[in-house]
Amino acid sequence: MQRLYRNNGMAELAQIVEKLKVKFPTAIENVREFRGEVTVQVGPDALVEMAMYLRDDPDCDFNFLSDVSGVDYYPEEPRFGVNYHLLSMKHKQRLRLKVRLKGPNPRVPTVTSVWPGANWFERETFDLFGVTFIGHPDLRRLLLPMDFRGHPLRRDNPTVQEEVQFTHNFDEVDRTKPYAKS
Amino acid sequence: MSLTEYGVTEVTLDQLRSLVSDRAFTGDTMLLNMGPQHPSTHGVLRLLLELDGENVVSCVPDIGFLHTGIEKTCEDKTYVKVIPLTDRMDYLAPLSNNLGYVMAVEKLMGTDVPIRAQYIRVLLCELTRITSHLVWLATHALDIGAMSVFLYCFRERETIMDIFEMVSGQRMMASYFRPGGLWRDLPPGFEETVRQVLKVMPGRIDEYEALLDKNPIWLERTKNIGLISAQDALAWGVSGPSLRGSGVEWDIRKAMPYSCYDQFDFDVPLGHNGDVYDRFLCRIREMRESLRIVKQALDKLPGGPFMTSDRKVAPPPKEELAYSMEALIHHFKLWTEGFKAPEGEVYSSVESPRGEFSCYLNSDGSPKPRRVHFRAPSFANLSALPIMSKNVFVADLVAIAGSIDIVLGDVDR
Repeated sequence: MQRLYRNNGMAELAQIVEKLKVKFPTAIENVREFRGEVTVQVGPDALVEMAMYLRDDPDCDFNFLSDVSGVDYYPEEPRFGVNYHLLSMKHKQRLRLKVRLKGPNPRVPTVTSVWPGANWFERETFDLFGVTFIGHPDLRRLLLPMDFRGHPLRRDNPTVQEEVQFTHNFDEVDRTKPYAKS
Repeated sequence: MSLTEYGVTEVTLDQLRSLVSDRAFTGDTMLLNMGPQHPSTHGVLRLLLELDGENVVSCVPDIGFLHTGIEKTCEDKTYVKVIPLTDRMDYLAPLSNNLGYVMAVEKLMGTDVPIRAQYIRVLLCELTRITSHLVWLATHALDIGAMSVFLYCFRERETIMDIFEMVSGQRMMASYFRPGGLWRDLPPGFEETVRQVLKVMPGRIDEYEALLDKNPIWLERTKNIGLISAQDALAWGVSGPSLRGSGVEWDIRKAMPYSCYDQFDFDVPLGHNGDVYDRFLCRIREMRESLRIVKQALDKLPGGPFMTSDRKVAPPPKEELAYSMEALIHHFKLWTEGFKAPEGEVYSSVESPRGEFSCYLNSDGSPKPRRVHFRAPSFANLSALPIMSKNVFVADLVAIAGSIDIVLGDVDR
């Protein structure tokens, strides 16, 4: 009954991947298929160009960026991954672009020039994983306060960050906080 | 230790300067905080507004006040124990979130779901859509000053909440879906209760529409306000009724049917202009379409098991534990260790009342996920708020924020 992980459009996706391989012979690091989903892993330098191609080519036409999410593969190296989930409304297809980045200060070009909607998703990934998106128009923390220490979704980030402030130890804890003191 | 060593990212004044126009620094325009405790921000949303008299020059959303680190918490839980967390993100559509998540787990595990469970899932998700849209209509109307609609909508919502309580024991945080099926079968008396709702609801929806749609003040406040073109909406990742209000025919239920949506007959309502009024009409019509789906699901509801027989994912029935050693082992393993998922990554999407809700699961082969990411529809829709609120009045901003139907629990996670 369930057809969740069987993708009828597999042949078309394979064609798209073939076209990408011809167009970007050196940039594609590997292509994986799992449960009817295709992941194209690409070098960070060719990411924007490939994204632009995937959006504009009529056979691909990935006009909608569903999601950008970071992954920490710690302790593997390259440690970080950034996934771009693309959706083509015309062909009713999804494709996952993936970049793998070395830690501890990963950097990748922004795709906000291709899909403006990447803006907040990239800010979220920067906030939680510390991935710097080069060329992003407004790369600030999004979900966490500006004076937050570290990037909590990294797997080596301690779960308990600092002592909880109560009335009896308020000043003591306050002294260890990183923000500027008057 | 210096600040950078702590991982503190310093924000320079220049970076913040670009958020508003230069006139804010000469005193020509005024900077005003709207929220985070403003009643019309539907939770804890802060908007930094730059105002030139009554006109909004720029609008900078500031979110994160409700950030609870759900994605981090998920990494420390087995796959089944994540389900209650998904309820708490979009707390107005908990069952849609449940469905998005369990579908991702099922895809990862390669589990089949019995047809009866699929039908019940669709039925309950459509009821969820109606409750969610009723709360949206209630609060949206209240924001623009139509108090009576608020009380009526909550009265009707309560009848559907009773159905959720009946099936799951919870009014809001149902956690009713499980990987492979449902927590338990439908209780006796379910069909009559839903039939009663089906009988009453269409008349009520007509009534509420008439209350607003024939009200000149409402029309004045919503028509040609908060315009967003189809092109902009797509570029900014807007989805759901907010996207369809701009005339883009995209509904995942119709375009890429999941669960058993391909077996139902329903229409996808579309708007034309992409203003607050069109988004209002889309949602009102969607409620009627949802009722159609609920009726079909109830008429065609098949029998059979409500849970998969794959014991590696689903627990054995209670009575089996009394005589089957194997069942006892499965039960023990599922409740202590959980099930191990194969290594890989999956992405599954559902059409939640707010738009595309997706779940990205990355598994390293252990019983706990390596990474769970939720694509919250409100999150992407809210990021387009500055586009919709160019050169509007402050009072219109309230109408626009209401019309994209954000839930801050969903935005901040």
